[in-house]
Amino acid sequence: MIKENNIGLVKTEFFSFDELKLESGQVFGPITLAYETYGELNKDKSNAILILHALSGDAHAAGLHEGEKKPGWWDEMIGPGKAFDTDKYFIICSNVLGGCRGSTGPSSINPKTNRPYALDFPIISIGDMVTCQKHFIDYLGIDKLLSVVGGSMGGMQVLSWMVKFPNKIKSAIPIATTLKHSPQQIAFDEVGRQAIMADPHWKSGNYYDSLHPAKGLAVARMIGHITYMSDESMAEKFGRQKKNGAEPFKFTADFEVEGYLRYRGDNFVKRFDANSYLYITKAMDNFDASQNRPFSEVIEGKKIKILVIAFKSDWLYPAYQSKDIVRACKHAGIEASFCEVASTYGHDAFLLETREETHLISYFLKKVI
Amino acid sequence: MHKPVRLDHRVISGLIIRGSSVLDLGCGNGDLLELLVKDKDVRAQGIEINEQAIYSCVAKGLNVFHGDIDSGLSEYRDKSFDYVILNQSLQQVKNIEAVLLDALRVGRKVIVGIPNFAYYRARLQLFFGGRAPVTKSLPYTWYETPNLRSLSIYDFIDYCRKKQIKIEKSVYLSDKRRVFIFPNVFAVIGILVIS
Repeated sequence: MIKENNIGLVKTEFFSFDELKLESGQVFGPITLAYETYGELNKDKSNAILILHALSGDAHAAGLHEGEKKPGWWDEMIGPGKAFDTDKYFIICSNVLGGCRGSTGPSSINPKTNRPYALDFPIISIGDMVTCQKHFIDYLGIDKLLSVVGGSMGGMQVLSWMVKFPNKIKSAIPIATTLKHSPQQIAFDEVGRQAIMADPHWKSGNYYDSLHPAKGLAVARMIGHITYMSDESMAEKFGRQKKNGAEPFKFTADFEVEGYLRYRGDNFVKRFDANSYLYITKAMDNFDASQNRPFSEVIEGKKIKILVIAFKSDWLYPAYQSKDIVRACKHAGIEASFCEVASTYGHDAFLLETREETHLISYFLKKVI
Repeated sequence: MHKPVRLDHRVISGLIIRGSSVLDLGCGNGDLLELLVKDKDVRAQGIEINEQAIYSCVAKGLNVFHGDIDSGLSEYRDKSFDYVILNQSLQQVKNIEAVLLDALRVGRKVIVGIPNFAYYRARLQLFFGGRAPVTKSLPYTWYETPNLRSLSIYDFIDYCRKKQIKIEKSVYLSDKRRVFIFPNVFAVIGILVIS
C-alpha cells in the first residue's frame, strides 16, 4: 500500500526587514529571506520546527513547485506521517543570508547603486544567518521553537541557535556537523574558492552583466561532491565503469565518475551564484560555535533537549566532531542522545539515510514538550 | 502484552532512591533504564555500543549516547550522577580498573552486576564435562562470547578489598530467586553496591 504522504504543491514566499547589525559590527539592510512553511501553526504557536539547510540548499525543503518533478531537498523527511510530521508540526525553512535562492546575497540588487552587490556585500557569519531567522520567527509570533534541526552547515546554524538564542528553542538536532571547521575542511573550501577566482570570468566578482565564472563554480562543486561521498559509495555507484562513446586519450569524461562530476558541476552552475559560494564557505570556515570558549560552558544549565547524529563513513564531517558535541554535553551535565549511523554514503548520508533519521528524530520529538 | 521484568532489574530498581540520577554503562536496549524511569522517576542517561540497541533506547524515549564504556566516562565531572550502573557489562570492559575508578568518581554510588563464573552448574560443566561452561548468566559459547573476563563473586569481592572499595550492599540471585547461602556456589548473578 502506498501511503499518501506527500505535501503536494508548495510556493516560496518572502519576508523582508529593514536592517541587521552583523557580527562584524556593520549595519546592513534591507534584508529579504525566502521561506517555505508546511503544516499548520497551532493556536499557542508551540509546534514550530525550523529546518536549516546546508551550503547549496534552499528554502524549498519539501513538496513540489508548480511544473516541477523534483521535490524539495528533504522531502523524504517532511510530510504527513514522516519524521517532521506536517499533521503535527509547523515546519519552516528559509534560505540563508548570503544565499542566491531568494534571500539577500551578493547577487541581489544593492538599492544604493541599483546594481548587484557583488563584493560590496558585507562579510557575513553563520551567526548572522541565525539572527535573520530569529527576526523571522519573531515576526511569526513564535516565542519558542519546538526544535531547530539541520545537517552540515545546517547543523552549524543549529549550534549557533543553541549559543545565541538558547531560550528560544526547546530542542536541537545537529546532524553531521562540527563546532568548528578543521584545517582539512577549510582547505577543501579554499580549493573551491580558488577555482572560482581563477576563472577569468569571475572578474573580482563583477560578472553579473556578462558571462558568469561557470567553469570555476563547476569545479568547486565537483570537489565538493567528492568530499560528500565515500570511497565505498563511489566504488558502488560507479566502479571503474567507462562511459559510452568515450574517446580514449582525448581527455573526455572516460569514466562514469568523471561524467557524474561534470554533470553535477554543470547543473550546479544553473542554480547557484559563484559569489554566494565564496561568502557562504567563508562563513562556514570562520564559524566557531562558542567563540573560543568551551562549548560546554556556553550550554551549561540550558534546558535544551539534544539529539546528535553522525555517520560512520562521513570523512568531511567525521563522527569525532559530533562526539566533541557529545563530550561538551557530558561535561555540562546535559542529558542527550547520540547515534553514529553505520552508513556507507559519506557526508551525503544526512540526505540519504532517512529511515534511520526518521526513527531517531520522530521518537526524539515525541518527548519534546 | 508487557514482558515480565527481569529479576536483576527488579533488584536494582529496589536499590535506587526515587528521583535520583542514573548513568547506565552498557544499557543495551534500555529495559533497565525504562523501568527506573517508570518506577523510580530517575533522570536517566545510557551509554551503549550497539547501534540497533540505540534505536530501541530512543524508541523508549531514553537519552543514550552511542559509544563504548572504556572511553565514555572521562568528560563527566565528579559526582555527576547519584548512581552509575554496570549491569552485566563490566566483564566486557577492556580496562577494568580505569572504568571502575572513573565510575566511582562520576557516581556517588556504583551498582555492579556480575555473572558468577563459579556458579555450581558452571563448576559441574567444567569439572565433569571438561568444557567451558554455558549458563543462564554466561550464555555464550567460547567462540562467540563478548566477555573478556571470567570472574566469580569471590573474585570481585577480593578485588574490592584489595583496592579498598567499600561494598555497601550485595544481593545474590539464582534463576528465579534471591540466594542467601553460599552465593559463590548457588548464585548466577551478584549485584553489588560499591562506593
